[in-house]
Amino acid sequence: MNLTSNRSRAYKVLSMIILFVLAFLFLFPLYWIVTGAFKTSQDIYSTTPVFWPSQWTMANFAKLFDRRSAPLFQLGALVGPTVPGAIRWLVNTVFMAVAAMVLTCLTASMAGYALAKKRFVGRTLLFSLIVCAMALPKQVILIPLLKEMSALHLYDTLWAVIFPTVGWPFGVFLMKQFSEGIPGEILEAARVDGASEARTFFSIVLPMVKPGVGALAIFTFINSWNDYFMQLVMLASSSNYTISLGIATMQAETSIDMGLLMAGAALAAIPIILVFLVFQKYFTQGITMGAVKG
Amino acid sequence: MAKQPKSTMSRALVRRETISGYLFLLPILIFFVGFVIIPMVICIVNSLTDANMNTQGLGNFVGLTNFIDLWKDKTFREALWNTFVIVIVSVPAVCAFSLWVSSAIYKLNGKLLSAFRCIFYLPVVTGSVAVTVVWKWMYDNYTGVFNYVLKSAGLIEKNINWLGDPKYALGCIILILFTTSVGQPIVLYVSALGNVDQSLVEAAQVDGATNFQVFWKIKWPQMMPTTLYILVITTINSFQCFALIQLLTQGGSGTNTVMYYIYYTAFKLTEKAGHFGYANAMGVILAIFIGLLSALQFKLAKEK
Repeated sequence: MNLTSNRSRAYKVLSMIILFVLAFLFLFPLYWIVTGAFKTSQDIYSTTPVFWPSQWTMANFAKLFDRRSAPLFQLGALVGPTVPGAIRWLVNTVFMAVAAMVLTCLTASMAGYALAKKRFVGRTLLFSLIVCAMALPKQVILIPLLKEMSALHLYDTLWAVIFPTVGWPFGVFLMKQFSEGIPGEILEAARVDGASEARTFFSIVLPMVKPGVGALAIFTFINSWNDYFMQLVMLASSSNYTISLGIATMQAETSIDMGLLMAGAALAAIPIILVFLVFQKYFTQGITMGAVKG
Repeated sequence: MAKQPKSTMSRALVRRETISGYLFLLPILIFFVGFVIIPMVICIVNSLTDANMNTQGLGNFVGLTNFIDLWKDKTFREALWNTFVIVIVSVPAVCAFSLWVSSAIYKLNGKLLSAFRCIFYLPVVTGSVAVTVVWKWMYDNYTGVFNYVLKSAGLIEKNINWLGDPKYALGCIILILFTTSVGQPIVLYVSALGNVDQSLVEAAQVDGATNFQVFWKIKWPQMMPTTLYILVITTINSFQCFALIQLLTQGGSGTNTVMYYIYYTAFKLTEKAGHFGYANAMGVILAIFIGLLSALQFKLAKEK
Protein backbone atom coordinates (compact mmCIF):
# COMPACT_ATOMS: atom_id res chain seq x y z
CA MET A 1 0.00 0.00 0.00
CA ASN A 2 2.70 2.41 1.05
CA LEU A 3 4.72 1.52 -1.99
CA THR A 4 1.91 2.24 -4.44
CA SER A 5 1.05 5.57 -2.85
CA ASN A 6 4.71 6.54 -2.98
CA ARG A 7 4.82 5.52 -6.57
CA SER A 8 1.70 7.45 -7.47
CA ARG A 9 3.09 10.52 -5.71
CA ALA A 10 6.31 10.17 -7.68
CA TYR A 11 4.27 9.85 -10.86
CA LYS A 12 2.37 13.01 -10.01
CA VAL A 13 5.52 15.00 -9.40
CA LEU A 14 7.10 13.67 -12.56
CA SER A 15 4.03 14.45 -14.66
CA MET A 16 3.95 17.99 -13.28
CA ILE A 17 7.57 18.47 -14.25
CA ILE A 18 6.89 17.16 -17.76
CA LEU A 19 3.84 19.41 -18.03
CA PHE A 20 5.84 22.50 -17.14
CA VAL A 21 8.55 21.60 -19.63
CA LEU A 22 5.92 21.08 -22.33
CA ALA A 23 4.23 24.35 -21.47
CA PHE A 24 7.56 26.07 -21.80
CA LEU A 25 8.16 24.48 -25.21
CA PHE A 26 4.69 25.44 -26.43
CA LEU A 27 5.22 29.02 -25.32
CA PHE A 28 8.65 29.29 -26.82
CA PRO A 29 7.68 30.17 -30.44
CA LEU A 30 5.53 33.00 -29.16
CA TYR A 31 8.33 34.20 -26.91
CA TRP A 32 10.67 34.03 -29.88
CA ILE A 33 8.31 36.15 -32.00
CA VAL A 34 7.90 38.83 -29.35
CA THR A 35 11.56 39.11 -28.37
CA GLY A 36 12.66 38.73 -31.99
CA ALA A 37 10.55 41.72 -32.95
CA PHE A 38 12.64 43.89 -30.62
CA LYS A 39 16.08 42.46 -31.33
CA THR A 40 18.82 44.27 -33.19
CA SER A 41 20.10 42.64 -36.36
CA GLN A 42 23.33 41.59 -34.63
CA ASP A 43 21.29 39.63 -32.12
CA ILE A 44 19.16 38.12 -34.85
CA TYR A 45 21.96 36.99 -37.12
CA SER A 46 24.14 35.70 -34.34
CA THR A 47 24.88 32.00 -34.83
CA THR A 48 24.60 31.62 -31.08
CA PRO A 49 20.94 32.46 -30.50
CA VAL A 50 20.45 35.45 -28.20
CA PHE A 51 17.77 34.36 -25.75
CA TRP A 52 17.23 37.78 -24.22
CA PRO A 53 17.70 40.86 -26.45
CA SER A 54 21.02 42.50 -25.59
CA GLN A 55 19.43 45.77 -26.61
CA TRP A 56 15.74 46.50 -27.23
CA THR A 57 15.05 48.28 -30.48
CA MET A 58 12.03 49.57 -32.36
CA ALA A 59 13.92 49.41 -35.67
CA ASN A 60 12.00 46.37 -36.91
CA PHE A 61 8.65 48.03 -36.36
CA ALA A 62 9.91 51.21 -37.95
CA LYS A 63 10.89 49.20 -41.01
CA LEU A 64 7.55 47.40 -41.02
CA PHE A 65 5.58 50.63 -40.97
CA ASP A 66 7.86 52.22 -43.48
CA ARG A 67 7.35 49.68 -46.20
CA ARG A 68 4.18 50.58 -48.03
CA SER A 69 1.48 53.06 -47.43
CA ALA A 70 -2.21 52.88 -48.15
CA PRO A 71 -5.33 54.79 -47.22
CA LEU A 72 -6.72 53.74 -43.85
CA PHE A 73 -10.03 52.74 -45.47
CA GLN A 74 -11.93 53.15 -48.70
CA LEU A 75 -15.71 53.27 -48.71
CA GLY A 76 -16.82 54.15 -52.18
CA ALA A 77 -15.65 57.71 -52.77
CA LEU A 78 -14.66 58.11 -49.14
CA VAL A 79 -10.92 57.62 -48.73
CA GLY A 80 -9.21 57.71 -45.37
CA PRO A 81 -5.86 59.32 -44.49
CA THR A 82 -2.71 57.61 -45.68
CA VAL A 83 -1.22 55.19 -43.17
CA PRO A 84 1.46 52.48 -43.25
CA GLY A 85 0.42 49.42 -45.23
CA ALA A 86 0.60 47.18 -42.19
CA ILE A 87 -2.00 49.30 -40.39
CA ARG A 88 -4.31 49.04 -43.38
CA TRP A 89 -3.83 45.27 -43.30
CA LEU A 90 -4.88 45.24 -39.68
CA VAL A 91 -7.96 47.33 -40.46
CA ASN A 92 -8.85 44.92 -43.28
CA THR A 93 -8.40 41.92 -41.03
CA VAL A 94 -10.57 43.36 -38.29
CA PHE A 95 -13.27 44.30 -40.78
CA MET A 96 -13.18 40.84 -42.34
CA ALA A 97 -13.27 38.99 -39.03
CA VAL A 98 -16.07 41.14 -37.60
CA ALA A 99 -18.22 40.88 -40.74
CA ALA A 100 -17.75 37.11 -40.90
CA MET A 101 -18.55 36.86 -37.21
CA VAL A 102 -21.76 38.92 -37.34
CA LEU A 103 -23.10 37.21 -40.46
CA THR A 104 -22.23 33.74 -39.19
CA CYS A 105 -23.81 34.28 -35.79
CA LEU A 106 -27.03 35.62 -37.26
CA THR A 107 -27.50 33.03 -40.01
CA ALA A 108 -26.30 30.09 -37.93
CA SER A 109 -28.46 30.83 -34.90
CA MET A 110 -31.55 31.13 -37.12
CA ALA A 111 -30.73 27.91 -38.94
CA GLY A 112 -29.75 26.05 -35.79
CA TYR A 113 -33.05 26.99 -34.17
CA ALA A 114 -35.04 25.83 -37.20
CA LEU A 115 -33.15 22.53 -37.42
CA ALA A 116 -33.53 21.82 -33.72
CA LYS A 117 -37.08 22.94 -33.10
CA LYS A 118 -39.04 22.91 -36.32
CA ARG A 119 -40.47 19.77 -37.85
CA PHE A 120 -40.39 20.19 -41.60
CA VAL A 121 -39.90 18.18 -44.74
CA GLY A 122 -36.24 17.63 -45.66
CA ARG A 123 -34.88 18.46 -42.23
CA THR A 124 -32.88 15.26 -41.76
CA LEU A 125 -31.51 15.36 -45.29
CA LEU A 126 -30.40 18.95 -44.90
CA PHE A 127 -28.76 18.25 -41.58
CA SER A 128 -26.82 15.26 -42.96
CA LEU A 129 -25.65 17.40 -45.84
CA ILE A 130 -24.39 20.00 -43.39
CA VAL A 131 -22.53 17.44 -41.29
CA CYS A 132 -20.88 15.93 -44.39
CA ALA A 133 -19.85 19.34 -45.69
CA MET A 134 -18.05 20.09 -42.42
CA ALA A 135 -15.43 17.50 -43.30
CA LEU A 136 -14.64 19.03 -46.65
CA PRO A 137 -11.30 20.83 -46.90
CA LYS A 138 -11.61 24.19 -48.59
CA GLN A 139 -8.83 23.39 -51.05
CA VAL A 140 -11.20 20.98 -52.73
CA ILE A 141 -13.53 23.71 -53.93
CA LEU A 142 -10.85 26.34 -54.40
CA ILE A 143 -11.03 26.74 -58.16
CA PRO A 144 -14.81 26.76 -58.66
CA LEU A 145 -15.07 29.19 -55.79
CA LEU A 146 -12.50 31.45 -57.35
CA LYS A 147 -14.30 31.45 -60.71
CA GLU A 148 -17.58 32.12 -58.97
CA MET A 149 -16.12 35.08 -57.11
CA SER A 150 -14.74 36.64 -60.26
CA ALA A 151 -18.09 36.12 -61.99
CA LEU A 152 -19.75 37.94 -59.08
CA HIS A 153 -17.08 40.68 -59.27
CA LEU A 154 -16.09 39.89 -55.71
CA TYR A 155 -12.59 38.63 -56.48
CA ASP A 156 -9.93 40.71 -54.71
CA THR A 157 -12.42 42.05 -52.19
CA LEU A 158 -12.71 41.02 -48.57
CA TRP A 159 -16.22 39.71 -49.27
CA ALA A 160 -14.74 36.88 -51.30
CA VAL A 161 -13.14 35.68 -48.07
CA ILE A 162 -16.10 36.51 -45.84
CA PHE A 163 -18.91 34.76 -47.74
CA PRO A 164 -17.42 31.25 -47.90
CA THR A 165 -16.60 31.54 -44.18
CA VAL A 166 -20.25 32.29 -43.45
CA GLY A 167 -21.33 29.37 -45.63
CA TRP A 168 -19.12 26.97 -43.68
CA PRO A 169 -21.64 24.86 -41.77
CA PHE A 170 -19.88 24.38 -38.43
CA GLY A 171 -21.86 27.27 -36.94
CA VAL A 172 -25.18 25.73 -37.88
CA PHE A 173 -24.12 22.50 -36.27
CA LEU A 174 -23.03 24.24 -33.08
CA MET A 175 -26.17 26.36 -32.82
CA LYS A 176 -28.37 23.33 -33.39
CA GLN A 177 -26.73 21.70 -30.36
CA PHE A 178 -27.44 24.77 -28.23
CA SER A 179 -31.00 25.16 -29.52
CA GLU A 180 -31.90 21.58 -28.60
CA GLY A 181 -31.91 22.76 -25.01
CA ILE A 182 -34.78 25.22 -25.44
CA PRO A 183 -37.88 23.77 -23.75
CA GLY A 184 -40.71 23.19 -26.23
CA GLU A 185 -43.32 24.41 -23.77
CA ILE A 186 -41.94 27.95 -23.86
CA LEU A 187 -42.15 28.08 -27.65
CA GLU A 188 -45.64 26.58 -27.50
CA ALA A 189 -46.72 29.20 -24.98
CA ALA A 190 -45.36 31.98 -27.17
CA ARG A 191 -47.32 30.64 -30.11
CA VAL A 192 -50.52 30.39 -28.08
CA ASP A 193 -50.00 34.01 -27.01
CA GLY A 194 -49.85 34.92 -30.67
CA ALA A 195 -46.20 35.96 -30.84
CA SER A 196 -44.90 36.11 -34.38
CA GLU A 197 -42.10 33.79 -35.47
CA ALA A 198 -39.62 36.68 -35.65
CA ARG A 199 -40.61 37.90 -32.21
CA THR A 200 -40.32 34.39 -30.73
CA PHE A 201 -36.87 34.07 -32.22
CA PHE A 202 -35.49 37.40 -31.11
CA SER A 203 -37.01 37.67 -27.66
CA ILE A 204 -37.14 34.01 -26.57
CA VAL A 205 -34.75 31.88 -28.59
CA LEU A 206 -31.79 34.24 -28.92
CA PRO A 207 -31.50 35.05 -25.19
CA MET A 208 -31.60 31.33 -24.41
CA VAL A 209 -28.82 30.41 -26.81
CA LYS A 210 -26.64 33.37 -25.88
CA PRO A 211 -23.71 31.24 -24.63
CA GLY A 212 -23.78 29.47 -27.98
CA VAL A 213 -23.72 32.73 -29.89
CA GLY A 214 -20.83 33.91 -27.73
CA ALA A 215 -18.89 30.75 -28.45
CA LEU A 216 -19.59 30.88 -32.14
CA ALA A 217 -18.69 34.56 -32.32
CA ILE A 218 -15.25 34.10 -30.81
CA PHE A 219 -14.67 30.92 -32.75
CA THR A 220 -15.52 32.54 -36.08
CA PHE A 221 -13.53 35.65 -35.29
CA ILE A 222 -10.34 33.70 -34.58
CA ASN A 223 -10.78 31.28 -37.46
CA SER A 224 -11.48 34.00 -39.93
CA TRP A 225 -8.54 36.07 -38.70
CA ASN A 226 -6.23 33.11 -39.27
CA ASP A 227 -7.73 31.65 -42.43
CA TYR A 228 -4.66 32.29 -44.51
CA PHE A 229 -5.57 29.97 -47.36
CA MET A 230 -8.74 31.76 -48.43
CA GLN A 231 -7.04 35.13 -48.09
CA LEU A 232 -4.15 33.98 -50.25
CA VAL A 233 -6.40 32.78 -53.02
CA MET A 234 -9.00 35.54 -53.02
CA LEU A 235 -7.01 38.71 -52.41
CA ALA A 236 -4.65 40.14 -54.99
CA SER A 237 -3.85 43.80 -54.43
CA SER A 238 -1.69 44.85 -51.55
CA SER A 239 -4.20 47.36 -50.17
CA ASN A 240 -6.72 44.53 -49.77
CA TYR A 241 -4.33 42.25 -47.91
CA THR A 242 -4.98 40.97 -44.46
CA ILE A 243 -2.21 41.00 -41.90
CA SER A 244 -1.45 37.28 -42.35
CA LEU A 245 -1.28 37.60 -46.09
CA GLY A 246 0.84 40.73 -45.82
CA ILE A 247 3.39 38.97 -43.67
CA ALA A 248 3.40 35.91 -45.89
CA THR A 249 4.12 38.17 -48.85
CA MET A 250 6.90 39.94 -46.96
CA GLN A 251 8.30 36.55 -46.15
CA ALA A 252 8.45 35.68 -49.82
CA GLU A 253 10.10 39.02 -50.65
CA THR A 254 12.65 39.31 -47.84
CA SER A 255 12.89 35.87 -46.37
CA ILE A 256 16.09 36.70 -44.52
CA ASP A 257 15.00 39.80 -42.61
CA MET A 258 13.84 37.90 -39.56
CA GLY A 259 13.50 40.99 -37.39
CA LEU A 260 11.03 42.53 -39.81
CA LEU A 261 9.12 39.26 -40.08
CA MET A 262 8.94 38.87 -36.30
CA ALA A 263 7.62 42.41 -35.98
CA GLY A 264 4.95 41.52 -38.53
CA ALA A 265 4.16 38.23 -36.84
CA ALA A 266 3.83 40.01 -33.49
CA LEU A 267 1.47 42.54 -35.03
CA ALA A 268 -0.66 39.71 -36.44
CA ALA A 269 -0.62 37.46 -33.41
CA ILE A 270 -0.84 39.74 -30.37
CA PRO A 271 -4.31 41.25 -31.05
CA ILE A 272 -5.90 37.89 -31.70
CA ILE A 273 -4.25 36.32 -28.65
CA LEU A 274 -5.62 39.14 -26.50
CA VAL A 275 -9.10 38.57 -27.91
CA PHE A 276 -8.75 34.88 -27.17
CA LEU A 277 -7.61 35.47 -23.59
CA VAL A 278 -10.48 37.85 -22.88
CA PHE A 279 -13.19 35.57 -24.27
CA GLN A 280 -11.58 32.28 -23.35
CA LYS A 281 -14.54 31.09 -21.30
CA TYR A 282 -16.96 31.18 -24.24
CA PHE A 283 -14.41 29.54 -26.43
CA THR A 284 -13.94 26.47 -24.25
CA GLN A 285 -17.70 26.14 -23.97
CA GLY A 286 -18.15 26.30 -27.72
CA ILE A 287 -15.54 23.67 -28.45
CA THR A 288 -17.09 21.31 -25.95
CA MET A 289 -20.66 21.84 -27.15
CA GLY A 290 -19.66 21.33 -30.77
CA ALA A 291 -18.51 17.85 -29.87
CA VAL A 292 -21.47 16.70 -27.80
CA LYS A 293 -23.46 14.18 -29.76
CA GLY A 294 -20.98 14.79 -32.57
CA MET B 1 -41.07 21.44 -29.23
CA ALA B 2 -41.65 18.18 -27.42
CA LYS B 3 -41.83 15.28 -29.81
CA GLN B 4 -45.45 14.78 -30.74
CA PRO B 5 -46.93 11.95 -32.72
CA LYS B 6 -47.42 13.15 -36.28
CA SER B 7 -51.14 12.51 -36.30
CA THR B 8 -51.83 15.12 -33.65
CA MET B 9 -50.18 17.84 -35.73
CA SER B 10 -52.76 19.38 -37.99
CA ARG B 11 -51.92 19.77 -41.63
CA ALA B 12 -52.03 23.56 -41.31
CA LEU B 13 -49.51 23.38 -38.51
CA VAL B 14 -47.18 21.21 -40.56
CA ARG B 15 -47.35 23.66 -43.42
CA ARG B 16 -46.73 26.57 -41.08
CA GLU B 17 -43.76 24.79 -39.53
CA THR B 18 -42.32 23.95 -42.93
CA ILE B 19 -42.64 27.48 -44.24
CA SER B 20 -41.22 29.12 -41.14
CA GLY B 21 -38.50 26.48 -40.93
CA TYR B 22 -37.29 27.29 -44.41
CA LEU B 23 -37.56 31.02 -43.82
CA PHE B 24 -35.23 30.65 -40.87
CA LEU B 25 -32.90 28.55 -42.97
CA LEU B 26 -32.96 30.85 -45.97
CA PRO B 27 -30.05 33.14 -45.03
CA ILE B 28 -27.63 30.32 -44.29
CA LEU B 29 -28.79 28.37 -47.34
CA ILE B 30 -27.87 31.28 -49.58
CA PHE B 31 -24.30 31.13 -48.30
CA PHE B 32 -24.12 27.37 -47.88
CA VAL B 33 -25.53 26.51 -51.29
CA GLY B 34 -23.88 29.44 -53.02
CA PHE B 35 -20.37 29.08 -51.67
CA VAL B 36 -20.08 25.43 -50.64
CA ILE B 37 -22.55 23.22 -52.51
CA ILE B 38 -22.46 24.86 -55.94
CA PRO B 39 -18.63 24.99 -56.02
CA MET B 40 -18.58 21.35 -54.95
CA VAL B 41 -20.88 20.35 -57.81
CA ILE B 42 -18.88 22.42 -60.30
CA CYS B 43 -15.73 20.80 -58.96
CA ILE B 44 -17.08 17.30 -59.65
CA VAL B 45 -18.38 18.21 -63.10
CA ASN B 46 -15.20 20.08 -63.95
CA SER B 47 -13.01 17.16 -62.98
CA LEU B 48 -14.44 15.31 -65.97
CA THR B 49 -13.51 18.06 -68.44
CA ASP B 50 -10.39 19.57 -69.95
CA ALA B 51 -11.20 23.04 -68.58
CA ASN B 52 -8.25 25.34 -68.06
CA MET B 53 -7.68 28.91 -67.02
CA ASN B 54 -8.99 30.37 -70.28
CA THR B 55 -11.98 28.12 -70.77
CA GLN B 56 -15.31 29.88 -70.81
CA GLY B 57 -18.02 27.66 -69.35
CA LEU B 58 -17.37 24.07 -68.56
CA GLY B 59 -14.90 22.82 -71.18
CA ASN B 60 -15.02 19.56 -73.12
CA PHE B 61 -16.11 16.37 -71.50
CA VAL B 62 -13.14 14.00 -71.33
CA GLY B 63 -14.47 11.28 -69.04
CA LEU B 64 -12.02 9.96 -66.51
CA THR B 65 -8.94 11.12 -68.42
CA ASN B 66 -7.91 13.50 -65.63
CA PHE B 67 -8.10 10.73 -63.07
CA ILE B 68 -6.08 8.37 -65.25
CA ASP B 69 -3.48 11.08 -65.86
CA LEU B 70 -3.32 11.70 -62.14
CA TRP B 71 -2.67 8.07 -61.45
CA LYS B 72 0.27 8.22 -63.86
CA ASP B 73 1.52 11.50 -62.41
CA LYS B 74 4.48 10.66 -60.19
CA THR B 75 4.30 14.00 -58.37
CA PHE B 76 0.68 13.38 -57.48
CA ARG B 77 1.38 9.90 -56.16
CA GLU B 78 4.16 11.34 -54.05
CA ALA B 79 1.85 14.08 -52.79
CA LEU B 80 -0.83 11.56 -51.93
CA TRP B 81 1.69 9.43 -50.09
CA ASN B 82 3.01 12.41 -48.11
CA THR B 83 -0.52 13.45 -47.20
CA PHE B 84 -1.13 9.92 -46.00
CA VAL B 85 2.08 9.92 -43.94
CA ILE B 86 1.17 13.24 -42.32
CA VAL B 87 -2.24 11.92 -41.30
CA ILE B 88 -0.99 8.53 -40.11
CA VAL B 89 1.76 10.06 -37.98
CA SER B 90 0.09 13.16 -36.63
CA VAL B 91 -3.40 11.87 -35.80
CA PRO B 92 -2.39 9.12 -33.32
CA ALA B 93 0.34 11.37 -31.89
CA VAL B 94 -2.10 14.23 -31.31
CA CYS B 95 -4.67 11.92 -29.74
CA ALA B 96 -2.24 10.19 -27.41
CA PHE B 97 -0.52 13.41 -26.40
CA SER B 98 -3.72 15.30 -25.69
CA LEU B 99 -5.15 12.37 -23.76
CA TRP B 100 -2.08 12.23 -21.55
CA VAL B 101 -1.94 16.00 -20.99
CA SER B 102 -5.66 16.11 -20.22
CA SER B 103 -5.51 13.31 -17.70
CA ALA B 104 -2.56 15.03 -16.04
CA ILE B 105 -4.28 18.42 -15.79
CA TYR B 106 -8.01 17.81 -15.39
CA LYS B 107 -7.85 17.45 -11.62
CA LEU B 108 -5.73 20.55 -11.08
CA ASN B 109 -7.32 23.64 -9.54
CA GLY B 110 -9.26 25.94 -11.84
CA LYS B 111 -6.60 28.60 -12.46
CA LEU B 112 -3.77 26.19 -13.21
CA LEU B 113 -6.04 24.05 -15.37
CA SER B 114 -7.13 26.94 -17.53
CA ALA B 115 -3.56 28.23 -17.74
CA PHE B 116 -2.37 24.92 -19.14
CA ARG B 117 -5.35 24.61 -21.46
CA CYS B 118 -4.63 28.09 -22.69
CA ILE B 119 -0.93 27.50 -23.30
CA PHE B 120 -1.58 24.40 -25.36
CA TYR B 121 -4.20 26.28 -27.35
CA LEU B 122 -2.02 29.32 -28.03
CA PRO B 123 -0.29 27.97 -31.16
CA VAL B 124 -3.73 27.60 -32.79
CA VAL B 125 -4.70 31.15 -31.95
CA THR B 126 -1.36 32.62 -32.98
CA GLY B 127 -2.24 31.85 -36.58
CA SER B 128 -0.60 29.70 -39.19
CA VAL B 129 1.44 32.45 -40.82
CA ALA B 130 2.96 33.85 -37.63
CA VAL B 131 3.67 30.32 -36.38
CA THR B 132 5.24 29.27 -39.65
CA VAL B 133 7.45 32.33 -39.89
CA VAL B 134 8.89 31.83 -36.43
CA TRP B 135 9.43 28.11 -36.88
CA LYS B 136 11.22 28.81 -40.13
CA TRP B 137 13.68 30.89 -38.16
CA MET B 138 13.96 28.26 -35.44
CA TYR B 139 14.77 25.62 -38.07
CA ASP B 140 17.24 27.90 -39.84
CA ASN B 141 20.50 26.37 -40.88
CA TYR B 142 22.74 29.09 -39.40
CA THR B 143 20.78 31.17 -36.90
CA GLY B 144 18.18 28.64 -35.77
CA VAL B 145 17.69 27.51 -32.19
CA PHE B 146 17.33 23.85 -33.12
CA ASN B 147 20.83 23.44 -34.49
CA TYR B 148 22.27 25.44 -31.61
CA VAL B 149 20.54 23.45 -28.89
CA LEU B 150 21.21 20.05 -30.45
CA LYS B 151 24.82 20.93 -31.08
CA SER B 152 25.33 22.22 -27.54
CA ALA B 153 23.80 19.01 -26.22
CA GLY B 154 26.21 17.05 -28.38
CA LEU B 155 23.45 15.30 -30.27
CA ILE B 156 24.56 16.49 -33.69
CA GLU B 157 27.97 17.50 -34.93
CA LYS B 158 27.20 19.61 -37.95
CA ASN B 159 24.36 22.01 -38.56
CA ILE B 160 21.43 20.34 -40.25
CA ASN B 161 19.51 22.07 -43.01
CA TRP B 162 16.19 20.91 -41.54
CA LEU B 163 13.82 22.18 -44.16
CA GLY B 164 16.12 21.62 -47.12
CA ASP B 165 16.88 17.98 -46.44
CA PRO B 166 14.28 15.46 -47.68
CA LYS B 167 15.25 13.23 -44.76
CA TYR B 168 13.97 15.74 -42.21
CA ALA B 169 11.68 18.23 -43.93
CA LEU B 170 8.42 16.29 -43.70
CA GLY B 171 9.11 15.42 -40.07
CA CYS B 172 9.77 19.08 -39.30
CA ILE B 173 6.44 20.03 -40.84
CA ILE B 174 4.62 17.32 -38.92
CA LEU B 175 6.14 18.65 -35.69
CA ILE B 176 4.76 22.15 -36.31
CA LEU B 177 1.41 20.71 -37.33
CA PHE B 178 1.40 18.72 -34.10
CA THR B 179 1.90 21.79 -31.91
CA THR B 180 -0.94 23.58 -33.68
CA SER B 181 -3.31 20.61 -33.41
CA VAL B 182 -3.39 19.55 -29.77
CA GLY B 183 -5.26 22.58 -28.39
CA GLN B 184 -8.77 21.56 -29.23
CA PRO B 185 -8.43 17.86 -28.32
CA ILE B 186 -7.10 18.85 -24.88
CA VAL B 187 -10.10 21.07 -24.22
CA LEU B 188 -12.40 18.23 -25.30
CA TYR B 189 -10.67 15.52 -23.27
CA VAL B 190 -10.54 17.66 -20.14
CA SER B 191 -14.27 18.16 -20.31
CA ALA B 192 -14.90 14.48 -21.13
CA LEU B 193 -12.77 13.35 -18.18
CA GLY B 194 -14.72 15.68 -15.93
CA ASN B 195 -17.97 14.09 -17.10
CA VAL B 196 -16.97 10.50 -16.41
CA ASP B 197 -19.49 8.82 -14.11
CA GLN B 198 -17.80 9.21 -10.72
CA SER B 199 -19.86 6.51 -8.98
CA LEU B 200 -18.47 3.85 -11.33
CA VAL B 201 -14.92 5.04 -10.66
CA GLU B 202 -15.46 4.93 -6.90
CA ALA B 203 -17.06 1.50 -7.05
CA ALA B 204 -14.08 0.18 -8.99
CA GLN B 205 -11.65 1.74 -6.52
CA VAL B 206 -13.46 0.13 -3.61
CA ASP B 207 -13.07 -3.18 -5.41
CA GLY B 208 -9.32 -2.53 -5.48
CA ALA B 209 -8.86 -1.54 -9.13
CA THR B 210 -5.60 0.26 -9.90
CA ASN B 211 -5.60 3.69 -11.49
CA PHE B 212 -4.49 2.09 -14.70
CA GLN B 213 -7.43 -0.33 -14.68
CA VAL B 214 -9.89 2.42 -13.78
CA PHE B 215 -8.65 4.40 -16.73
CA TRP B 216 -8.86 1.68 -19.36
CA LYS B 217 -11.93 -0.17 -18.14
CA ILE B 218 -14.12 2.74 -17.05
CA LYS B 219 -12.98 6.12 -18.28
CA TRP B 220 -11.75 5.17 -21.75
CA PRO B 221 -15.00 3.49 -22.93
CA GLN B 222 -17.03 6.45 -21.65
CA MET B 223 -14.83 8.85 -23.58
CA MET B 224 -15.19 6.95 -26.85
CA PRO B 225 -17.51 9.51 -28.51
CA THR B 226 -15.02 12.27 -27.67
CA THR B 227 -12.14 10.24 -29.03
CA LEU B 228 -14.04 9.62 -32.22
CA TYR B 229 -14.78 13.31 -32.66
CA ILE B 230 -11.13 14.16 -31.98
CA LEU B 231 -9.98 11.59 -34.52
CA VAL B 232 -12.22 13.11 -37.16
CA ILE B 233 -11.32 16.76 -36.53
CA THR B 234 -7.61 15.98 -36.26
CA THR B 235 -7.70 14.06 -39.52
CA ILE B 236 -9.42 16.94 -41.28
CA ASN B 237 -7.01 19.36 -39.69
CA SER B 238 -3.99 17.36 -40.86
CA PHE B 239 -5.31 17.32 -44.39
CA GLN B 240 -5.58 21.06 -44.31
CA CYS B 241 -2.05 21.98 -43.38
CA PHE B 242 -1.36 24.23 -46.31
CA ALA B 243 0.34 27.34 -44.97
CA LEU B 244 3.18 25.31 -43.50
CA ILE B 245 4.06 23.79 -46.82
CA GLN B 246 3.49 26.85 -48.94
CA LEU B 247 5.61 29.07 -46.69
CA LEU B 248 8.34 26.66 -45.65
CA THR B 249 9.22 24.43 -48.57
CA GLN B 250 6.87 25.22 -51.47
CA GLY B 251 6.39 21.51 -51.74
CA GLY B 252 10.14 20.87 -52.09
CA SER B 253 12.35 18.49 -50.09
CA GLY B 254 9.78 15.74 -50.38
CA THR B 255 7.00 17.65 -48.64
CA ASN B 256 4.50 18.03 -51.44
CA THR B 257 0.94 17.23 -50.41
CA VAL B 258 -2.32 16.98 -52.32
CA MET B 259 -3.56 20.30 -50.93
CA TYR B 260 -0.45 22.08 -52.02
CA TYR B 261 -0.36 20.35 -55.37
CA ILE B 262 -3.93 21.48 -56.14
CA TYR B 263 -2.94 25.05 -55.44
CA TYR B 264 0.28 24.65 -57.38
CA THR B 265 -1.41 23.12 -60.40
CA ALA B 266 -4.00 25.85 -60.52
CA PHE B 267 -1.78 28.88 -60.02
CA LYS B 268 1.88 28.17 -60.60
CA LEU B 269 3.65 27.90 -63.88
CA THR B 270 4.11 24.26 -64.63
CA GLU B 271 3.35 22.09 -67.58
CA LYS B 272 -0.02 21.57 -65.95
CA ALA B 273 -0.44 25.28 -65.20
CA GLY B 274 -4.04 26.41 -65.04
CA HIS B 275 -5.40 22.95 -65.75
CA PHE B 276 -8.49 23.45 -63.65
CA GLY B 277 -10.03 20.14 -64.65
CA TYR B 278 -6.90 18.36 -63.50
CA ALA B 279 -6.75 20.26 -60.21
CA ASN B 280 -10.44 19.63 -59.60
CA ALA B 281 -9.93 15.92 -60.15
CA MET B 282 -7.41 16.05 -57.32
CA GLY B 283 -9.98 17.84 -55.19
CA VAL B 284 -12.47 15.06 -55.84
CA ILE B 285 -9.95 12.39 -54.91
CA LEU B 286 -9.07 14.27 -51.73
CA ALA B 287 -12.74 14.55 -50.78
CA ILE B 288 -13.27 10.82 -51.35
CA PHE B 289 -10.16 10.03 -49.33
CA ILE B 290 -11.38 12.10 -46.39
CA GLY B 291 -14.90 10.72 -46.66
CA LEU B 292 -13.63 7.15 -46.54
CA LEU B 293 -11.33 7.84 -43.59
CA SER B 294 -14.09 9.53 -41.59
CA ALA B 295 -16.50 6.70 -42.37
CA LEU B 296 -13.90 4.14 -41.31
CA GLN B 297 -13.29 5.94 -38.04
CA PHE B 298 -17.01 6.07 -37.32
CA LYS B 299 -17.35 2.39 -38.09
CA LEU B 300 -14.42 1.39 -35.87
CA ALA B 301 -15.79 3.45 -33.01
CA LYS B 302 -19.28 2.01 -33.39
CA GLU B 303 -17.96 -1.56 -33.25
CA LYS B 304 -16.27 -0.82 -29.97
